[in-house]
Amino acid sequence: MRRETIINSLLLGALLCLPIWAAFVDEPFHISLATRVAIFALAGVGLNIALGLGGLVSFGHASFFGLGGYAMGVLASHAQTYTPIMEIPVLIEGTNSMPVIWLVAMGLSGGAAALIGALSLRTSGVYFIMITLAFAQMFYYFTISWSAYGGEDGLSIYVRNTFPGLNTLDPIQFFGISFVLLSLALWLCARFQNSAFGLALNAARQSPARVETIGITPYRIRLLAFVISGMITGLAGALFADLNRFVSPSMFSWQTSGEIMVFVILGGVARLCGPVAGAIVFVALEHVLGGLSEYWHIYLGSILLVIVLFARGGIVGLLAGRQVFHD
Amino acid sequence: MSAVLLAEQILNGIQFGIMLFLMAAGLTLVFGVMGLINLAHGSLFMIGAFAAAWVAAATGSFTAGLIAALAAAAAAGALMEILVLRRLYGRDHLDQVLATFALILIFSEGTRAVFGSFPLFLEIPDALSGTVVLPGGIQYSLYRLTLIAIGLTVASGLYLLIAKTRLGMQVRAGENDREMIAALGVDISKLYTLVFALGAALAGLAGALVGAIQSVQVGMGEPVLILAFVVIVIGGIGSIKGAFVGAILVGLTDTLGGILLPALLTMFMDNSSAASTGSALASMAIYVLMAAVLIVRPSGLFGVRH
Amino acid sequence: MIDSASSQTLPATLPVLATVGINKRFHQLQASDNISLQLRPGEIHALIGPNGAGKSTLIMQIAGQLKPDSGHVLLNGNNVTGLSTAARARAGLARTFQVSALAAENSVLQNTLLGCLGAQGRRLGMFKSVMRAGKLREDAEEALQRVGLLDQAHARAAEISHGQRRQLEIAIALTLKPKAFVMDEPMAGLGTSGSAFLISLLDGLRHEAPILLVEHDMDAVFALADRISVLVYGQIIASGTVNEIRQNAAVKKAYLGEDI
Repeated sequence: MRRETIINSLLLGALLCLPIWAAFVDEPFHISLATRVAIFALAGVGLNIALGLGGLVSFGHASFFGLGGYAMGVLASHAQTYTPIMEIPVLIEGTNSMPVIWLVAMGLSGGAAALIGALSLRTSGVYFIMITLAFAQMFYYFTISWSAYGGEDGLSIYVRNTFPGLNTLDPIQFFGISFVLLSLALWLCARFQNSAFGLALNAARQSPARVETIGITPYRIRLLAFVISGMITGLAGALFADLNRFVSPSMFSWQTSGEIMVFVILGGVARLCGPVAGAIVFVALEHVLGGLSEYWHIYLGSILLVIVLFARGGIVGLLAGRQVFHD
Repeated sequence: MSAVLLAEQILNGIQFGIMLFLMAAGLTLVFGVMGLINLAHGSLFMIGAFAAAWVAAATGSFTAGLIAALAAAAAAGALMEILVLRRLYGRDHLDQVLATFALILIFSEGTRAVFGSFPLFLEIPDALSGTVVLPGGIQYSLYRLTLIAIGLTVASGLYLLIAKTRLGMQVRAGENDREMIAALGVDISKLYTLVFALGAALAGLAGALVGAIQSVQVGMGEPVLILAFVVIVIGGIGSIKGAFVGAILVGLTDTLGGILLPALLTMFMDNSSAASTGSALASMAIYVLMAAVLIVRPSGLFGVRH
Repeated sequence: MIDSASSQTLPATLPVLATVGINKRFHQLQASDNISLQLRPGEIHALIGPNGAGKSTLIMQIAGQLKPDSGHVLLNGNNVTGLSTAARARAGLARTFQVSALAAENSVLQNTLLGCLGAQGRRLGMFKSVMRAGKLREDAEEALQRVGLLDQAHARAAEISHGQRRQLEIAIALTLKPKAFVMDEPMAGLGTSGSAFLISLLDGLRHEAPILLVEHDMDAVFALADRISVLVYGQIIASGTVNEIRQNAAVKKAYLGEDI
């Protein structure tokens, strides 16, 4: 079995161990911490499809994270006040059902990704970075002024949403949902990487000219990758909103975009379980360093700088060696 | 709405745009010449503002504050360049984005550690306080008018620098073909440091000037940085002219949008809904503008092909 | 000036690839000046010329990476001037690069599979492994076999030798089962044995699809070409058989000092 596969299994295993242990010793806080890791990892898996596989440097994935969060916020808040979202021309009511919320979240973020991608993928890489950043900022300012849903103060959702057959208020069960979704996303990602689509996308990242001369248009596959990427991060956003039972414009902030990037980079760009490793380390740092110093971002920044300048492969790179695309 | 109010808002839009231009010009120069996208440019803006506020409060002189801003921004810029950015030239954009994002974290938290989380205040100098009466009976803030004047002066200065001097020639050549100018014997290191210092000084200047009309606090640079990106996308990267046109467009769209949209909506809905919906829509106006430009001209209005 | 003797006799069959009056100007430089070229079925048509003559510019316009100011590019009689590079590839134009354009991190086999993906059409599978056994893999391995790279199938493209990279480029072009090849200096940087192998490979290829061969290596040109066109300062100054070109005064003048 390849070294990377072993590392991946260990990472997922580690992520599973903490909450299980915490459930046994009745420490719900640590279960929530693990859930936070799983959700961040999911957001990172989404970004990694665009960034790692596609080479698309999106510094605006907070757009999708926030859209997913607000999809949950809008739907759940209307459900909890028993008022419909819209009556004319068609009746749309709120809902507390997680599966429905997830579908809406993914639909919304996928749609936004399609629009943003269509506009920005026709231009050069630098513009892409700026444009994705700009659109996330647009959503940020919009939600701040959108007083109907809390504006700058955000929106609290009092009841955790429901999933058929489960008690979602139980921390370990909610963790279970998040972990299963993460595993599903990872499985999908693994299939993409090995598929024809994955090969073409990867090749387009390395040599767009090559891909064009064999008859495939890089723009199309990149757009598709960007949409899928947005949808997965959007799903993570909906889960995050559910975890905190709170949605605010900060989900759209450039800091959030940056953090999602950090999860991916810390773990190793384009590595399948890179985001898992990155999320584990980030939340651990946040928890440990954050407890020690109010200015722990300085340390985070320094670590990030060191990794970028000297240890490009990230954690998975360090543990499993250079990435192998070939057999 | 009266014509006087409209005129005042137009002036505000121009002033906002001119300040954005100072940021965008530095960014676009650095990218055009060095191929470097620098997210930490906003930190230089912030450092300029903090230096100005601190020195002005300590010495009572706004001018001293301005000089301090330029010096601090240039120094921080030089430090950034020597320690970190030098290693990023030629590396892919992802590395540049991440490293400069890391710099934002370090500079922001560092500033917060030194100055605390509460905003500092920079007073408008007495000589520039108050209003002036312009033709048409418009009363406008003298300080803001001065900002416009300073910005236009800098813009002309930059134009002369790029178009008429040897340095400018190297910059233009560098934008077209980086490898070529090295081969022609131009001292790349020196050129890069100069260009970077220039961009940093512009950012610091903008920070100091703007600091007097809005509060000086950690994180003030990033929203401006992102707006500068919008300006560059609209104007076309590598083009100073594009940065100027783009900046004025963005400034006017944002300011006028904020006034006109709610006013327009009062025709369809009650005043309070119009105000809130209008301001929400207005916040999107410049991004809609950016999207419109992208549809028609994906490389920006005056984009330089790379 | 085109050698009038050979242009008088129009081919009985339609040229597979043709440029008609291609013009391209870059500021002061006329990089392509009214270029009309034909690539006939079953032939290897070499395009030679001194450095800076505009060969690369012409290739880019044929392949679709550059838009001519005026003129057309015809593939099997169809006007492809408005089509993108990818569309032209789908229409049957296979092009190799002077500076190898490969997915360097992927294996030789994966690069070749890429070509097969392009050939099969637009639907790219997203779930099944691309390396699985099946027609795609067979086609890729067959192409590698033909260029003699099958034993390197799992080597990383970045790690194979320069000559092997040229072979890989051709393997990828083969998988497209194209109507015409456009090869940009395939011999560049090859030693004698590498060149010899490639020459024999290309020799056999012409009957599958004609080749427009841009080359500097005169040995290869004389060994392979049925016809030669000479490009100088953006213009075709001569076009004809190998012997006609060898004796052409204008060509000799353009290559002043060169032993042809």
